Amino acid sequence: MADAPRGRALGRHRPSSALLGVVPFFAYTTVFLLIPTLVVLVGAFLDGNNGFTFGNVQALTTPAVMRALRNSVVLSAVTAVGGAVIGGILAYAVSTAKASSVTKRFITSLCGVLAQFGGVALAFAFTASFGMTGLITLWLNNMGVDTGTGFWLYGWNKGLMLVYLYFQVPLMVIVFLPAVEGLRPQWREATETLGGSTWTFWRRVAGPILLPSFVGAMLLLFTNAFSAYATAKALISQGTPLLPLQIAGTLSSEVILGQENVGKAMALAMVVVVAVVMTAYVLLDRRASRWMQR
Amino acid sequence: MSGQRAAYRRRQTAFRWVALTVAVAAFAAPLLGAFDFTTQGPGGNGRTAETWLTLVDVSKVTTDYPALREGFLASVSLAIVTPLVMLLILVPTMTWVRLRLPGLSRTVEFICLLPLTVPAIVLVVGLGPVYAWVYYLLGSSTLWLSLAYVVLVLPYAYRSLDAGLRAIDVRTLSEAARSLGASWFTVMRRIVLPNLRSAVLSASFLSVALVLGEFTIALLFSKKNLQVAMYELGKSDAKISVAVGLLALAFAFLVLFAMSFVGSSTAGSSPFARLRRSRAVRKEPAA
Amino acid sequence: MTLAPTRGTAVRLTDLHRVYGGVAALDGLTLHIEPGEFVALLGPSGCGKTTALRCLAGLEDPDSGTVEVGGHDLTRVPANKRDMGMVFQAYSLFPHMTARQNVEFGLELRGRDRATRQARTAEMLDLVGLDTHADKYAHQLSGGQQQRVALARALAIEPQVLLLDEPLSALDAKVRAQLRDEIRRIQLEVGTTTLFVTHDQEEALAVADRVGVMSVGRLEQLAPPAELYSAPQTPFVADFVGLTNRVRARVEGTTAHLLGGSVPLLPGSASGPEALVLVRPEGVHVEHAADGTASVVSASFLGGHGRVIVRIPDGTLLTVQVANTEVTGFAPGDPVSLSPRGDAALAVAG
Repeated sequence: MADAPRGRALGRHRPSSALLGVVPFFAYTTVFLLIPTLVVLVGAFLDGNNGFTFGNVQALTTPAVMRALRNSVVLSAVTAVGGAVIGGILAYAVSTAKASSVTKRFITSLCGVLAQFGGVALAFAFTASFGMTGLITLWLNNMGVDTGTGFWLYGWNKGLMLVYLYFQVPLMVIVFLPAVEGLRPQWREATETLGGSTWTFWRRVAGPILLPSFVGAMLLLFTNAFSAYATAKALISQGTPLLPLQIAGTLSSEVILGQENVGKAMALAMVVVVAVVMTAYVLLDRRASRWMQR
Repeated sequence: MSGQRAAYRRRQTAFRWVALTVAVAAFAAPLLGAFDFTTQGPGGNGRTAETWLTLVDVSKVTTDYPALREGFLASVSLAIVTPLVMLLILVPTMTWVRLRLPGLSRTVEFICLLPLTVPAIVLVVGLGPVYAWVYYLLGSSTLWLSLAYVVLVLPYAYRSLDAGLRAIDVRTLSEAARSLGASWFTVMRRIVLPNLRSAVLSASFLSVALVLGEFTIALLFSKKNLQVAMYELGKSDAKISVAVGLLALAFAFLVLFAMSFVGSSTAGSSPFARLRRSRAVRKEPAA
Repeated sequence: MTLAPTRGTAVRLTDLHRVYGGVAALDGLTLHIEPGEFVALLGPSGCGKTTALRCLAGLEDPDSGTVEVGGHDLTRVPANKRDMGMVFQAYSLFPHMTARQNVEFGLELRGRDRATRQARTAEMLDLVGLDTHADKYAHQLSGGQQQRVALARALAIEPQVLLLDEPLSALDAKVRAQLRDEIRRIQLEVGTTTLFVTHDQEEALAVADRVGVMSVGRLEQLAPPAELYSAPQTPFVADFVGLTNRVRARVEGTTAHLLGGSVPLLPGSASGPEALVLVRPEGVHVEHAADGTASVVSASFLGGHGRVIVRIPDGTLLTVQVANTEVTGFAPGDPVSLSPRGDAALAVAG
């Protein structure tokens, strides 16, 4: 199946021995990437007896799943926009520092850590800080804010959003900073000599130039939040208000026989959403790099 | 210095300091809270360093928290094995494609970037049957998770190695070496690899970072790595798990910070940054 | 629509000083440019020529000194109010706009109505020869084309002064020569006072009315190209502009004796009894002589002329220019004799 397109791509005068060199790679990715993807793709349409069915896909329309899907989309969208705006401003602030300054290294290292190692450690840090004896609870109480029962943290549309922002904003800084730094000083100077003010520069030059990168980064933030599992798992102990949690739920042994493939249908839905957003991201990224290269 | 430009520069610096201070304070708040939590005495009264003292005492950790030790060792071994497997698979393949099979480069790139559209949770669902075979044929050691981790790390490692290969113009170098009589193996070993050092380091570093932070696949495959151990510990002994989490974050930060001085690209490096560095950029001299 | 009538504005830079990083980028630079004149600032990197241009543009503030344009003191005026057109070395076109939009940008900022803008833009693009590429983006244009658009954009706003910061340095040799002549042609047509910064002496000599040679923040000499070449006032200028031979000579008053002949010395030369005279390749005559004390090291045919490198008894290597028809007659090792042609030269101690 893979040989035909390969043969066409290679042309006529290719010694077949050279192909042997890439066999390990293709074998590996077939087993650990392509087959799992196929398992999900195909399994979504199989019933308990491996017969074709739309039942799994229909099961996606049950209230529980629809709710999880909606919640995931809302959570991802809100934290993507919030993270993009805050992270964008921060990225601009960092870009104004000298190229090799310690401040810049410090901030980018901090963002690198928080973006990658979110999940469990971050969730625990929040639980500790917002708990009954937590530091932040005490601060808030001192300022007169009633923190109530403390369950605010575990609501998917409350505390969880705040925790998500804690790795969304750093991710935005990491992804968007190169774009901001790619703004050439000559563009600013050219705007000035042509008579433009700082506002003109941002509105007519820097803004439009950065827009594809900004939106692209925001899309990346969306898929990041949409796919996130660890943080949600660490904070939400009851119920499955988010899609990744629902999918994980179908993997446990409590699932009714014949219903495991509903999880695959959910996974397929997730892949579709992510694939669409990532395609948009790639297109925007390509446009941005075309402008920045010159 | 005098004049409007200096004033503008001063405003910019002020904005930078304000923005970054606010940001760092905001990011530090929960971490501070976590640290405060770990030093609280019983019932929330008083201060005690008991948690940290326990952690430092390695033998105590081993006896009291065997799961933690097991998870830590598992993550460390995975962090060693995963980059090795990744390099073993990617470096020869990418070099080979560049030198001998350029028509395949788009296919390889597509496959390597595909994991970006397959979230870890989805991969877990699809890997079920695959890992059933892996366990059957190769045993059920936690180390086999590295095979899945390599897939997760493919996009980032590919980008890093691709930039490295492009920067050293592999084609010209290998042609020069071949014309002097070197075999393909020699070209790989003595020409390509030494010049790829920084890209290899960067790709390995990205892999290590990903492995140490990975939770989803390990948990759902019922394996114990560092993150899973921390998570389970959180249910029984909150203080220790929070302390371990802080330690992990602090350690990762120190490593990243130190690496930024060495000059290799960090986890967030993008093609923009690399492209920009390779062009002559005339910057206004800093005040 | 006709081009704007000649808008010459005088430029006066007076005693500019600028220090950063502990280094004096400008160390008392004074420069007067006549209305409509094309002045080139020439010098090695780090000499301050770019800093001087940027102070004039307002992109940098001098520590002291004044910038006057057309009689107005602009020293404290921000860059976006100085009404100058600037062409940068590279990357100055806005990547998200077409060539046409780039050129229109300055006109939009000045509030010109649509009809005026479009007419003026078309005129400018036609002037630089890119009317057929008007709707292309920067990344679709070659380096030379991009610089033309940058020039059109700078001129579209009818600036008081045109500033060019090494506009050709990033281009291929062939494009460079073509474009520099075009820039000069356009400048003569439009008549704007122009300051052109470059490190390439051939460029500066070819296009400027006057050339200012700079070194470590100071102006060494400001003169028309021919005068700069034949009557350098300092050793730096003599060395930097054109090829120079340094020949040991005996000095008597204002005459130097070398290579079996004598040469009048330019004012500012070192006094005797011994000195090094800076002689141009075309200021030396070489011919075959069986008993000659000098010998040929190499001979090169360079198209329009030829060049022979000769070693004289004291070991010095001299570069001598010969007619292209004669150069092939010189082979390495041939004995030759040299004599000065008598052009005035500068002498330095040494």
